[in-house]
Amino acid sequence: MNLLTSLPDQFNNLQSQQQGSALYSIRQKAFDTYNRLGIPTMRNEEWKYTRISSLLKKDYSFNIHPATPLINNEDLDSVRLPGSKNANELFFVNGVFYSSLSKINKDELVVMSLDEAANSEFKEIVQTHLGSSSKYMKDGMQALNTAFAANGLFVLVQKNKTLEQPVYIYHITDTRVDSLFVQPGSLFYLDENTTVEIVETYANFGSQESFTNEIIEIILQKDARLQYYKIQNEASHCHHVGTTHIHHAGKCFSNSITISLNGGTIRNNLNVILDAEYNEAHLYGLYIANGQTHIDNHTIVDNVKPNCYSNEFYKGIMNDKSTGVFNGKIFVRKDAQKTNAYQSNKNILLSDLASINTKPQLEIFADDVKCSHGCTIGRLDDEAMFYLRTRGIDEKKAQALLLHAFAMDILEQVKPTALRAYIEEIINQRLDFSEE
Amino acid sequence: MLNIKNLHASVEGKEILNGINLEINAGEVHALMGPNGSGKSTLASVLAGRQEYEITEGSVEFLGKDLLELSPEDRAKEGLFMAFQYPVEIPGVSTTNFIKTAINEIRKYRGQEALDAVAFLKLMKQRMALVNIDQSLLTRSLNEDFSGGEKKRNEIFQMAMLEPKFAILDETDSGLDIDALRIVANGVNTLRSKDKAVLVVTHYQRLLEYIVPDYVHVLYKGRIVKSGNKDLALELEEKGYEFIRQELEAVEV
Repeated sequence: MNLLTSLPDQFNNLQSQQQGSALYSIRQKAFDTYNRLGIPTMRNEEWKYTRISSLLKKDYSFNIHPATPLINNEDLDSVRLPGSKNANELFFVNGVFYSSLSKINKDELVVMSLDEAANSEFKEIVQTHLGSSSKYMKDGMQALNTAFAANGLFVLVQKNKTLEQPVYIYHITDTRVDSLFVQPGSLFYLDENTTVEIVETYANFGSQESFTNEIIEIILQKDARLQYYKIQNEASHCHHVGTTHIHHAGKCFSNSITISLNGGTIRNNLNVILDAEYNEAHLYGLYIANGQTHIDNHTIVDNVKPNCYSNEFYKGIMNDKSTGVFNGKIFVRKDAQKTNAYQSNKNILLSDLASINTKPQLEIFADDVKCSHGCTIGRLDDEAMFYLRTRGIDEKKAQALLLHAFAMDILEQVKPTALRAYIEEIINQRLDFSEE
Repeated sequence: MLNIKNLHASVEGKEILNGINLEINAGEVHALMGPNGSGKSTLASVLAGRQEYEITEGSVEFLGKDLLELSPEDRAKEGLFMAFQYPVEIPGVSTTNFIKTAINEIRKYRGQEALDAVAFLKLMKQRMALVNIDQSLLTRSLNEDFSGGEKKRNEIFQMAMLEPKFAILDETDSGLDIDALRIVANGVNTLRSKDKAVLVVTHYQRLLEYIVPDYVHVLYKGRIVKSGNKDLALELEEKGYEFIRQELEAVEV
């Protein structure tokens, strides 16, 4: 059955089963929004270069009820990141959070399903923040996720906790039997004076198509420090629309790094809301696309309050027939005087058939701000290539050396050395630079 | 070792090399001099394999192979090296990593095993001393923010590491103070041997006081118009290129 036509029935089923849930009205409101906005088409300015409507018209299975996943330990081990032994590990399988597969240090984290959280002492947090990202998106994708929010993830980091170990979030889709539409959702609440490192990664088993529509909302209170990594390296039959919403509710710090190395059609929305004075946020991104992969990074930095600093740096390497989009929006609200906001996007095109559309977008309503933006699209420097080749380094390897150097600016922002080595290894293989 | 016959090369339709003939044998050091625009650097670039030049006529044989048919990297692997007049800055590529990659590519081509870390480090230490180059320089990005002298010394250091059979020094002396000049010359002299050859491209006689050539050639309007021994360089220094011009015009009349 066509996914989109099946949604109203599925939604009504869910609502009738969970009438008493505190999520009931949040879902209802979101579904209304979805119905109003629909699936974005290329007529929507924000989706001008990214086509998902045709991808969503297919017959995906969409099952919001958790069944026992057919994922075994070997599968789990194959997707684990370095350092997983001591890490907090949270597993989503087919869009549903499984606490049974997960491993949590309970001294450091409170973890439960969204539905549980919404009906617990943390009810207010959920009601205030769940789905707040949709305010920044004039399309139905976020609303669609929230409309089916139930089996998502809620994580609370209590006041004054510095997490010794990272939080790894694994998103697994199993399309060995059926093509799948999945909607993982997470809400993180970092209370005052907390330090957390979150790493999201994605894996697929099977050869049927998967379409992930994800939201992760992260609320940071005063003196929270967040390191956020999103690492995408899926097969070309895996499509992804994901929204990461980082809300600086108090004076705090966030560093987000989005690394996209492979996939089908990928759209990453990153919203960073600087909603208190003296906030600091860094946004880094690296995308390397080949084949027919499409990678779209849409970022928003919203300076709501004065004296905030943000620095954004995205780099991309496009090969073959791949296509890319970078759209960087910076809002400086009327009250946000003394804002410092910087943005840069640099691209290398390796093939005549690859393309990138890059667009900085600054909307400034305050008069005492420092903002800069810049973007470049180019190819590898001929003179540098020649120099390397005259030293006996063949064309392919010389290219790999230069591309690696290009990517290094972003890679060196990945602070955990094991994680960086893991990403570097994938990149080296991609750039054909693995040591024989 | 190197045999250039009637070499013509042009860029964007403009002929720059206009029938070069030059034979260089193992063990010899040749100096190529000439005024600005005479084609010295073009010849060096053509030999190294720069693509912008179109070879319209002639041949270059290097160790029995048709040099012009080889890619720049294969020329290097066959044992040719060019020290650049303007070494390229490459941010993000560490000098050490770059040289290690280059050495091992060349070794692989020669059927030798890759140098392990210890052997590489040992070789590097030894060759660093030769050109008086500091370790800290080599951990930095290739040539990035190097001074002019540091860049040139890095070229000679690379030469010392790669051990070419035939090296071209393209105006390596330009921009060097007298101390750096001595260091560079000393590096080259240490590597001189009976099975290696060097072509020194220069404007000035100064470098040739330290690297004494067996032959000196004068390039003028894309041709070698005069050849001699090291005394020719002194004569040029004394009389300037004007006397070549006059000699040529006298012949033409």
